[in-house]
Amino acid sequence: MKKAVLEVENLVVQYGQISAVQGVNLTVNENELVTVIGANGAGKTSTLNAMMGLVPAASGEIRYKGESLLHMPVEKRPSMGIAFSPEGRRVFGPLSVRDNLRVGGNSLPASQVDGRIDEMVERFPILGERLQQAAGTLSGGEQQMLAIARALMISPDFLILDEPSLGLAPIVVAQVFELIAELHAEGVAILLVEQNVRKSLAIADRAYVMELGRFVREGAADELAADPSIENSYLGAA
Amino acid sequence: MDLFLQFLVSVLSLGGVYALLALGLSTVFGLLGFLNFAHGDLMTICGYGLYFMLAAGFGFVPAATLALALAALAAVLMERLAFRPLRGRNPMTLLITSFALSLALHVSFQIFISPKPKPIPVPEFLSGYFTIGEIFISRAQVIAIVVSVLSLVLLNLFVNRTRLGVALRAAAADFDVARAFGVKANQVIAIAFALSGLLAGLAALVWISQRGAVFPTMGLTPMVKALIAVIIGGLSNPRGALLGGFMLGLLEAGFLFTLPDSLVLYRDALVLLVLILFLMFRPNGLIATNPEPMR
Repeated sequence: MKKAVLEVENLVVQYGQISAVQGVNLTVNENELVTVIGANGAGKTSTLNAMMGLVPAASGEIRYKGESLLHMPVEKRPSMGIAFSPEGRRVFGPLSVRDNLRVGGNSLPASQVDGRIDEMVERFPILGERLQQAAGTLSGGEQQMLAIARALMISPDFLILDEPSLGLAPIVVAQVFELIAELHAEGVAILLVEQNVRKSLAIADRAYVMELGRFVREGAADELAADPSIENSYLGAA
Repeated sequence: MDLFLQFLVSVLSLGGVYALLALGLSTVFGLLGFLNFAHGDLMTICGYGLYFMLAAGFGFVPAATLALALAALAAVLMERLAFRPLRGRNPMTLLITSFALSLALHVSFQIFISPKPKPIPVPEFLSGYFTIGEIFISRAQVIAIVVSVLSLVLLNLFVNRTRLGVALRAAAADFDVARAFGVKANQVIAIAFALSGLLAGLAALVWISQRGAVFPTMGLTPMVKALIAVIIGGLSNPRGALLGGFMLGLLEAGFLFTLPDSLVLYRDALVLLVLILFLMFRPNGLIATNPEPMR
């Protein structure tokens, strides 16, 4: 039996009268790559934002390594080992690449930050060439790499990735998925929210399919990938 | 050449003070998305602090240091008591709160201190003139330039080199994401206010050393100038505030040096006219990065 890193029970997220997330249950185990797939507006990002504490949960429970996250301030998460790469990358545009990484390492002891930045540069050579450049001037793919590198600064136990392939050129999308698979192989527990269903199912262990605020399917990623109904709704005829 | 040097000193000494004030305004605006109209009153608080410390027998330099600390503390308290309970509300609510706070402070100064100006004896090293060759330059102006340039350099070092400074800039760029990386919201907001109080205090010291008095609405005029500066330069980024401050200094000194004596009186009106033109043609300021501030 694998140990659960993240457990979500009956999570409900509401914006005024509108329920964006209507009672979802989700588990991510140690060393596991779990993907949540679904169309735009299905409630994927709201689910993640509730986990991060960026939007309040109306009801339900979110536990990380057994500890409830519901009333935990957002800023406590990195010191618990949770890292986040938000939808739309949201790098700190006016800050240099180096400063973005420094903020990523904000919860590390100050003496470790420079060493970690060096390790990130080794992993992402393109960032090393642009350490002094303002992050807002990077290309979309470079910004995505920076967003992930920024999240990796704390050597997280659990990584939340929100639509990392959104708006990227196909060759860059392939690089991003390759990187996620690599991180998975290194043992990081990952929750990946994606619209690129085919690619995320290909690298994930398990998957949840979200529609209109609910999970309508869940199972092993390879089984879902082979399922004709998933193929028809999400993968198209191709 | 002499005239040019005097002109330059005027531009830098006026602009420096405006830049200090404008930077304080934009530091808070960048983080919380509202203009703190009580910012000018932090100058007044610093002024009264200086007045009372001097009256208590402190020397000028220790009194000024304590007054600066008082301004920073007052700014932090302002946030704690007035703005924090309203955090996350519409910026308009915060703006109106700052108006109310400013009025309350004016009235309190009038009731509890005095409606009349209190004289502040300016020490000798701040008064009088330097002579460079044939020309006279007031010491107060030179000190104004030194203080503002030094403060700007230190501020720049703080926000670029220190962990807290970088966190502050990250929070101004994207508050939620910065928090997700462990940047503590209350801490950076308190630091932003402390910085704005410190900058207002420095501006107050320079302002007072040229005028020698403090009174309840002392902060009003410089506050309006700072507002003009941030509108010219661009509200949401420090570089714009800096540029706006010095541009305003250039405008004022320009009018002062070029207008005939009979028209110098209308200097402020002309500055406001230029402001109207800015609002018509560059409503986002000279440097319009305009990132959506996080609330």
